[in-house]
Amino acid sequence: MGIKTTVKKAFIKSLPVMAAYVILGMGFGILMDDRGYGTVWSLVCSVFIFAGSMQYVTADLLAAAVSPINAAIMALMVNARHLFYGISMIGKYRNMGKTKPYLIFGLTDETYSLLCDDKDYPPQKKDAELYCFLVTLFDQMYWIIGTLLGALIGAVFNFNSKGIDFSMTALFVTVFVEQWLTSKEQRCALTGIGAAVVCLIIFGESNFLIPTMLLIALILTISYRKRGVSDE
Amino acid sequence: MNNLHSAVLIAVIAVVTVMLRAFPFLVFNGRRKVPRYTMFLGDKLPYAIIGMLIVYCLRNVSFGALADWLPSFISVIIVAVLHIWKRKTIISVAGGTLVYMFLVQAVFV
Repeated sequence: MGIKTTVKKAFIKSLPVMAAYVILGMGFGILMDDRGYGTVWSLVCSVFIFAGSMQYVTADLLAAAVSPINAAIMALMVNARHLFYGISMIGKYRNMGKTKPYLIFGLTDETYSLLCDDKDYPPQKKDAELYCFLVTLFDQMYWIIGTLLGALIGAVFNFNSKGIDFSMTALFVTVFVEQWLTSKEQRCALTGIGAAVVCLIIFGESNFLIPTMLLIALILTISYRKRGVSDE
Repeated sequence: MNNLHSAVLIAVIAVVTVMLRAFPFLVFNGRRKVPRYTMFLGDKLPYAIIGMLIVYCLRNVSFGALADWLPSFISVIIVAVLHIWKRKTIISVAGGTLVYMFLVQAVFV
């Protein structure tokens, strides 16, 4: 397969993510502007962090000027799921060359969803690497373009952006519904909501995330043990 | 807002994020098998975490006056209905956000 064919294949593959990333990136740019952070700040986030939901949270963390430790803990928790994308990509990325660090850096939810099925990769090893690299790169380009548009819109039009931060809630609700409809893990989903509500009531709104994570891990571990016993 | 503090926060978040993405590749570099417990957590955690994040987003909603909770309530329902109906992330997110902005700016002022 020639380079041209590979580029075309990667571009077509990345198209579904284009619209989503441009819109969500715009939401991020507008949100950052709303929090008092201009174009350069938004672009720095989209270039170096490149993690959709975490960047929305970042806008809040910046505005609240939380401590670096709090920011690290929040990033750990919000992005912990990426650990598991990595686990499932170990085999597929094993033979990647120079671009491997970028492939790993750019492994967002959406990029993962495009690349987790290696039946689509071009047959030649070199083409496959170029293909994965381009899909990842195109995705980040869409994200950066969206961010830039959002930041400019936020700066130029001084519209009333009250309520724009709901886009983050809406994004998570969308992912939740999608998971609910396409998986058999409804009990896990309810565990997350239930644990969070209980901890929110007990610990209050500024301290409930860590207890929630511990509670979720505890509940999952108990169910793992139970399943492990019944397996044997 | 302090620029240095903001830059430090962005750097910390960027480093933690890339470390999380790279960790499995560094630890399980081919030879070692991924433990079953890790695979189990990897399977289940994403579902629980999204539920937690929804609660996190709605943590400031109080149940005093109608205007405190009704806009979020209505908008979450609309996002869910739009998504069940169309299954397009953009439509669900844009639709729900526009409705929410309209409600907090024009209806429950």
